[in-house]
Amino acid sequence: MAVPSPKSPEPSERSRKYDRQLRLWGDQGQQDLETAHVCLINATALGTEILKSLVLPGIGAFTIIDTEIITEDDVGSNFFLTADRIGEKRGSVASQLLCELNPDTRGHFVDESLLKLLDLNPIMFNKFTVVVTASLHEKEIIELSHKLWEFNIPLLVCQSFGFFGSMRLQLAEHTMIKTHPDNQNPDLRLDCPFQALKDHFDSYDLEALDLTNHLHVPYLVILYKHLEKWRKNIDDNNALPETYKDKQIIRQNIKNSIRKHDNGTLHHEENFEEAIRSVNFAYNRTLLPTDIQGIFKDEKLLNLTSYSRPFWIMVKALKDFVENEGCGRLPLRGTLPDMTADTFKYISLQQLYHEQAIKDVEIVYNRVQQLLQNLNLPDDTISEHDVKVFCKHASELCVIRGTRIADEYEHKGNTDNEICQSLEDPDSLIEHYVILRGIERFYSEYYTYPGEIDEQVEPDIPKLKSCISKLLNEWGCMSSTKEDCIHEYCRYGNSELHSVSSFIGGCVSHEIIKLITQQYKPVNNSFVYNAINCSTECFTL
Amino acid sequence: MSESDTRRWNHLKKILERSSPFCHPDFEPGTGILDFLQNSCKLLVVGAGGLGCELLKDLAMMGFGNVHVIDMDTIDLSNLNRQFLFRKKDVNSSKAEVAAKFINERVPTCHVTPHHCKIQDKNEDFYRQFHFVVCGLDSVVARRWINGMLVSLLSYDENQQLDNSTIIPLIDGGTEGFKGNIRVILPGITPCIDCTLDLFPPQVTYPLCTIASTPRLPEHCIEYIKLIQWPKDNPFDSNIDTDDPAHISWIYEKSLERADEFGINGINYRLVQGVIKNIIPAVASTNAVIAAACVTEAFKVATSCCPLLNNYAVFNDADGIYTYTYEAERKSDCITCSPTTAKYLDIDDTNVRLEKIIEMLSEHPQYQMRNPALTIELEEKRKTLYMPNVPSIELKTRPNLKMTLEQLGIADGCKLLVADITNPRAFEIILRIKNNYVNME
Ligand SMILES: [Zn+2]
Repeated sequence: MAVPSPKSPEPSERSRKYDRQLRLWGDQGQQDLETAHVCLINATALGTEILKSLVLPGIGAFTIIDTEIITEDDVGSNFFLTADRIGEKRGSVASQLLCELNPDTRGHFVDESLLKLLDLNPIMFNKFTVVVTASLHEKEIIELSHKLWEFNIPLLVCQSFGFFGSMRLQLAEHTMIKTHPDNQNPDLRLDCPFQALKDHFDSYDLEALDLTNHLHVPYLVILYKHLEKWRKNIDDNNALPETYKDKQIIRQNIKNSIRKHDNGTLHHEENFEEAIRSVNFAYNRTLLPTDIQGIFKDEKLLNLTSYSRPFWIMVKALKDFVENEGCGRLPLRGTLPDMTADTFKYISLQQLYHEQAIKDVEIVYNRVQQLLQNLNLPDDTISEHDVKVFCKHASELCVIRGTRIADEYEHKGNTDNEICQSLEDPDSLIEHYVILRGIERFYSEYYTYPGEIDEQVEPDIPKLKSCISKLLNEWGCMSSTKEDCIHEYCRYGNSELHSVSSFIGGCVSHEIIKLITQQYKPVNNSFVYNAINCSTECFTL
Repeated sequence: MSESDTRRWNHLKKILERSSPFCHPDFEPGTGILDFLQNSCKLLVVGAGGLGCELLKDLAMMGFGNVHVIDMDTIDLSNLNRQFLFRKKDVNSSKAEVAAKFINERVPTCHVTPHHCKIQDKNEDFYRQFHFVVCGLDSVVARRWINGMLVSLLSYDENQQLDNSTIIPLIDGGTEGFKGNIRVILPGITPCIDCTLDLFPPQVTYPLCTIASTPRLPEHCIEYIKLIQWPKDNPFDSNIDTDDPAHISWIYEKSLERADEFGINGINYRLVQGVIKNIIPAVASTNAVIAAACVTEAFKVATSCCPLLNNYAVFNDADGIYTYTYEAERKSDCITCSPTTAKYLDIDDTNVRLEKIIEMLSEHPQYQMRNPALTIELEEKRKTLYMPNVPSIELKTRPNLKMTLEQLGIADGCKLLVADITNPRAFEIILRIKNNYVNME
């Protein structure tokens, strides 16, 4: 029955080069990266640091929009500009030096002002997967935000100023299938075993087993047997041990069923010890997670059209499954955690979970096909493999709907309120977000940054303070920012510290990778970094 | 400094030449600080890999002028997705040398000196020349060795008062996937690496009986081929070379056969490689973040412009972006940084064999030795009990492993001298034996 093993697939150069990251986001994630096109506006140190950690993992293409000429200041903070190129176009040199990092990435440069592009050629933005900006001014932020919201392209607005920095993400809608949750409970269904699983459990007679076999029974079987026994005792066929007391009773029962030596001491039965340790999580009732309930109520499901994205078509099929065949439960995940057992006992149990999961996928896939037909969409719009991945991750699906950044600047929506409330916490880093907004306002009024020249540090303090007060007023906030904090920002005088930009750049590039691969949850939706005490904080604005 | 050099540093000069309410109390703004960074301050970067490349770039861009880098490794194709100072043409060259050359050309205000060797090849005099050390390693053993070296350079006066001028701060960064950590260590003052050994995740190991007789996971099959089949078949007349594709392919094929035999699914080449080479996933972005945070601390150490991180920070951007900082505590009986406190190993009785003592030293949460050599002082004479690193002595001392403490003449209170790759210095452990069967006559 031995089948000759196939010759080992010699990994391609691409998979060797990207090996360390493929282990995190997989081949699909890598493919998404390689077809993405990211636009950076302003090749400052922060801007090029963001692109650096996108070019290295192999993003398909980037475009830099920048009209600046390289100065000595730039060379002192930006690793991708050099002294011998002072006087040349900043975006051109940055693009060239960034491309040297990875021959797989194409770099482009547009020597035109953002406002002009938005006015004359806004359609060019449609080709970008994500747009990210550094050191943008108020008016530019507002216009870009409107346009990209309309195009449904994610926008990240980033700042690096002295020892502080921020990122604000604008997303109309973002859906994720693989969110990679950290500590996920296994999907065991002890409370509601499917028929094949129940039959399998019933086929065991623990007391009749010889010692060797007793030592190798998977703990799931032990837990199921003891659940049955406990239910019989309390005369309730549906009960689950929920209280500490109930769980203690079952733990004690399991302990009592461990085999004993002739002298009365207990055998070392690791599987029984595992069973005792698992009582806490393994008897959970299989329910529809609240987050998924929320997604099922989404208005996108009410009117599916031929323009609906595959994600929403699959969600609809999933919902129909849950309400019919699933009896209120998601499709079985179909994976079994490792547990002490002999090979045969473990593999047969694993096989049952696997087969049931395949059956569930088939039902969901048929429902997807039906929906596609009703919507007059081709059969291959969604493949069976897509549905398989979708079902396997059904409990971790996530939908994020963001707010428009322009609304915050134009005082629409609820952002004002969010900022005011966060400001009431004196330890919150939101104060720095407000000051950074104040600095943007300062620039709009004076066409320079506070403290840019040595002599201006002191006189700029009250000016910046008044800019911030105006903002707070517009938001209807009673709070004020601390004087010494404002002084600190005037000291920075728009200096960009490389290590601060590099920290924020790394964070922002990973957020962009999350958006492109639709894996892992992004920050929703703002983030502030304080390099003085190495802290970060996220806000939903 | 030339005028254009002065203008290059406009960003740093604002921070270093202006005062502010947020500054450290000892901070005195002025032009001397940048001059110190550029001309006097001398520091060492340990590791020129994922973190190392970032550290060198960040240090050069933050005004440091004299940096040394030490790394024994050569460049591999799988480094190129994050170690951005290397190109495809550099594969198989020294990491330290290529990285240094790149920085020296790109940032002329910084001179990087490469050392293509093991950290153990350098002596105390080498390490003593630096103002501080920044560490970007993926190996716990190497980290502990550097830590031990810097602690060993401390000197104390007759009243056991630490001579502050002998402190060489250590800034340490580590990453794994989307997680990372940063710590600032002032040897002799704040907790050292060995004070907080429990912070490192335990290594995944599978019990040998599972691997041999009840495999359930693809990993069990791969481990079987590695630990049992390879030594038996000895297919290439050598130990496993994890960088030789022919070796990995052989293991892949045999693992697949074994998995088929047991009905186990999930063997693929990537997994085989991961298990055999113990691969830790890595991305450019996490390295960028952790190295940047380390260099910000390095900048604070060198300039006193702000208070230092006190003393540990963790980072994770798998779900949103998360950081947490806290003050780890020193252990009063740390094997490395508490020289005057006695260290003990508790043993049940003298019927215990020497090999058990070695196992206990490896598993002890505060010692976590890797491959210790043991010497004992008996009646003022030193006797080598076991020496794993020198083949001829290993052979001579191997029979001792099976002997009990009693047979070796070891009793309660005996002083064991332990040398291990986790520390440049050997140290003393007192054996505390509960039931002492040795006849004292
Ligand atoms: Zn210590």
